[in-house]
Amino acid sequence: MTTDVHHGAGPGSEGIGGAVSGEAPDATRPETSYDAHFKVWRGDVDGGGLEDFTVEVNEGEVVLDIIHRLQATQAPDLAVRWNCKAGKCGSCSAEINGRPRLLCMTRMSVFDRAETVTVTPLRTFPVVRDLVTDVGFNYEKARQVPSFVPPPGLGPGEYRMQQEDVGRSQEFRKCIECFLCQDTCHVVRDHEENKRAFAGPRFLMRVAELDMHPLDAAEDAGLDRKSTAQDEHGLGYCNITKCCTEVCPENIKITDNALIPLKERAADRKYDPLVWLGNKIRRRTT
Amino acid sequence: MAHVERHQWDVVIVGAGGAGLRAAIEAREQGLRTAVICKSLFGKAHTVMAEGGIAASMGNVNEGDNWQVHFRDTMRGGKFLNQWRMAELHAREAPERVWELETWGALFDRTPDGRISQRNFGGHEYPRLAHVGDRTGLELIRTLQQKVVSLQQEDFKESGDYEARIKVFQECTVTQILKEHNPEDGEPDRVSGVFCYERESGRFFVLEAPAVVLATGGIGKSFKVTSNSWEYTGDGHALALLAGASLINMEFVQFHPTGMVWPPSVKGILVTESVRGDGGVLRNAEGERFMFDYVPDVFKEKYAESEQEADGWYEDPDNHRRPPELLPRDEVARAINAEVKAGRGSPHGGVFLDVSTRMPAETIKRRLPSMHHQFRELADVDITAEPMEVGPTCHYVMGGVDVDSDTAAARGVPGLFAAGEVAGGMHGSNRLGGNSLSDLLVFGRRAGLYAAQYAREHAGSRPRVGDEQIDGAAAEALRPFGVGSAKADEEAQGPAENPYTVHQELQRSMNDLVGIIRREEEMSEALERLAELRERARRAKVEGHRQFNPGWHLALDLRNMLLVSECVARAALNRTESRGGHTRDDFPEMDREWRRANLVCTLAAAEGAAGAAGGDAEAGRAGRIALRRREMPPIRKDLLELFEKEELIKYLTDEELTSE
Repeated sequence: MTTDVHHGAGPGSEGIGGAVSGEAPDATRPETSYDAHFKVWRGDVDGGGLEDFTVEVNEGEVVLDIIHRLQATQAPDLAVRWNCKAGKCGSCSAEINGRPRLLCMTRMSVFDRAETVTVTPLRTFPVVRDLVTDVGFNYEKARQVPSFVPPPGLGPGEYRMQQEDVGRSQEFRKCIECFLCQDTCHVVRDHEENKRAFAGPRFLMRVAELDMHPLDAAEDAGLDRKSTAQDEHGLGYCNITKCCTEVCPENIKITDNALIPLKERAADRKYDPLVWLGNKIRRRTT
Repeated sequence: MAHVERHQWDVVIVGAGGAGLRAAIEAREQGLRTAVICKSLFGKAHTVMAEGGIAASMGNVNEGDNWQVHFRDTMRGGKFLNQWRMAELHAREAPERVWELETWGALFDRTPDGRISQRNFGGHEYPRLAHVGDRTGLELIRTLQQKVVSLQQEDFKESGDYEARIKVFQECTVTQILKEHNPEDGEPDRVSGVFCYERESGRFFVLEAPAVVLATGGIGKSFKVTSNSWEYTGDGHALALLAGASLINMEFVQFHPTGMVWPPSVKGILVTESVRGDGGVLRNAEGERFMFDYVPDVFKEKYAESEQEADGWYEDPDNHRRPPELLPRDEVARAINAEVKAGRGSPHGGVFLDVSTRMPAETIKRRLPSMHHQFRELADVDITAEPMEVGPTCHYVMGGVDVDSDTAAARGVPGLFAAGEVAGGMHGSNRLGGNSLSDLLVFGRRAGLYAAQYAREHAGSRPRVGDEQIDGAAAEALRPFGVGSAKADEEAQGPAENPYTVHQELQRSMNDLVGIIRREEEMSEALERLAELRERARRAKVEGHRQFNPGWHLALDLRNMLLVSECVARAALNRTESRGGHTRDDFPEMDREWRRANLVCTLAAAEGAAGAAGGDAEAGRAGRIALRRREMPPIRKDLLELFEKEELIKYLTDEELTSE
């Protein structure tokens, strides 16, 4: 299904007569600027392949800048999702040289100038077009986690919580929902069949966040978040390889601070060999 | 024309940021079937980029705070051009809206006694901003998103369908507001729905509803250096104009004083005002804290005159005046601009913003984690050890849809509502930091409430959407592919245009000619250029097909950006004074006579229906926007009495002061 198409760095695509500006060859270019070689996956649900591009790179740029330059000069219909371009919205998730990353927070300076930079869509989700995937899986899972239950008898303005108590859940609420953790998690990355039973790190962390919320009254309302994590959201599938933590652009310690404690709490009810293993590993590293 | 799917809803909300989601929650809680339509994924709206906090006079940190003080600060920040009723409602209702978020699961930073912590910000007399580190917008959007999900869970329990009463149409764009024309009743045409396309497939569809709430945010993508994302193409502003509504205050564009200036690819990205609120200072290349030289007369009594006095304020605000770094944003942005022009700028054309010498590294990392991260990742700068380089960036538009203060209903178009940045009036000529998030919540809720009420009243006589309107909207949307119509051929009086190129030229024109400092010749030139760009935009052609095609999306957005840019340029040219987010080199003074005036933009009458051919080149040059001056209603007496007479003299005319 792979087709290789080559594009030059010269004037832009045909059919847009003379409208493309700026990509003149070297003479006036600052020294910090160079031509990089990119491979970008293009295609849709019916298939596609990597296309080669040669494209200008300037000082300080990130991969998303290069994708935008490709759109403006060589491939106007190249599909990519993005929004804030500041690492705050989690829209521009993709895989760069096979690693799940935000396009807007990946500096070009981390690559050797001679290196080919390969950009592909998130592998775990069905492709829509080019770098855009259907992340609907995550929205379905979000709906399956029961919401915050406000404490009865406490009106707006009456909530009192200590900083140290909100701090734990606040760490998880830093999540920008880029879904890189969902993408990298090997429970679902190459195992479509696990998707039904497994909420993924992002939404197990959401369960942990609510479970650690100082005022969540779920338990009083008859909802045991710990056991639902195990029974309904597939916590048991997680074997704490920490891949999710490694790719998190917000540096949330998903495994150590959310998943393992959740496993421990769930294990009050049920023996889980991974918790035992997790504890051993943690003791060794700390 | 191909069959276009239609869906029936009671209320349609355009936009899923803070205002849109708050409106949706309210309309759904009123029991109405509510659809939300947004350009991005659910939870990615521009609100996530808000950093500093939500202004609300809860008085958790300083008990002296109350809604009256907040109202006063807001009016001062807006140089008294605010719709005072909106400023009043906003100040009164903000605390309730913030507390409500806690009942939906939000986790704000705390005071030692366990209440919501509040931080200092420019123009706010007391620590007033509820916050979560420097990612308050994310907390707000996530809380609202999760509240929507919890309502969907309730509906699921009841009906087996999550989307029975509230549905988010994500990654969809609205290109027209549809209206029902009734030639018999003599009433203005009323809203009947919206025409949309799905970004993923390019498929067209119509959401029919008697009430539509615009909550589309701002217009920053018309400027080159901006903190705004691609979504901010002024869609709601343009949709409202095209539907027959008016825009007010469009000359007032906020340039946030502190955006990143280096490296070039991140130029414009926001550096939160919390940096200054928490103790950061501005210095020029000579190491001087220059803001002391830029305190304007109207604020002289309230700001410190020496570094010593300013530094004392952080610990003992009762006995010190506040540092001038915390002046309202328009003042600080102008000061930075002046320093750079005077040759005292930093190496990359900004000034220095320093926290590294002001607090310990650990405190910086705790209080400003996103800033620490942003500078480390994008600029190789460690803000705990060295200063940041910053300069003004286009951030927010004060102008917007002319609405009724209480109900958020757009004047002149029954069934249309607007809330948040797309609505005008609340912030006058300049918005205070932190007043945006509270604005979203207060007026988002009001828009949802009154839209629901309106829809309920019209439940028995739902307006109809005619096929011809749908065909017209579809034809307009397909134009960039150059297919289907003889019109396209006829108008091909020039080469096909690349929408990206037209966009870049628009951004450059607005940035250079209608930017932070303005003068007559430049704005006139901007209007000429806009006329040219408008013609070129009509010839914008795109390649490929309708499935997730960003070139096509941009080609359609150009219509909106050009309309809105013309509003900004025309109003700015007309207002011969300097006030808030409108600074004229040729009219540098604030003029009390102008305080009473709103400049009102409407679509020029000759243009006819939305999307109709632009006529000959001559008519094109005349522009699409008509401008008129309108008097503001006098400020209510009890609200005026919240100010000292000496202060009012600076803003109000003698006639206004003696008119009671």
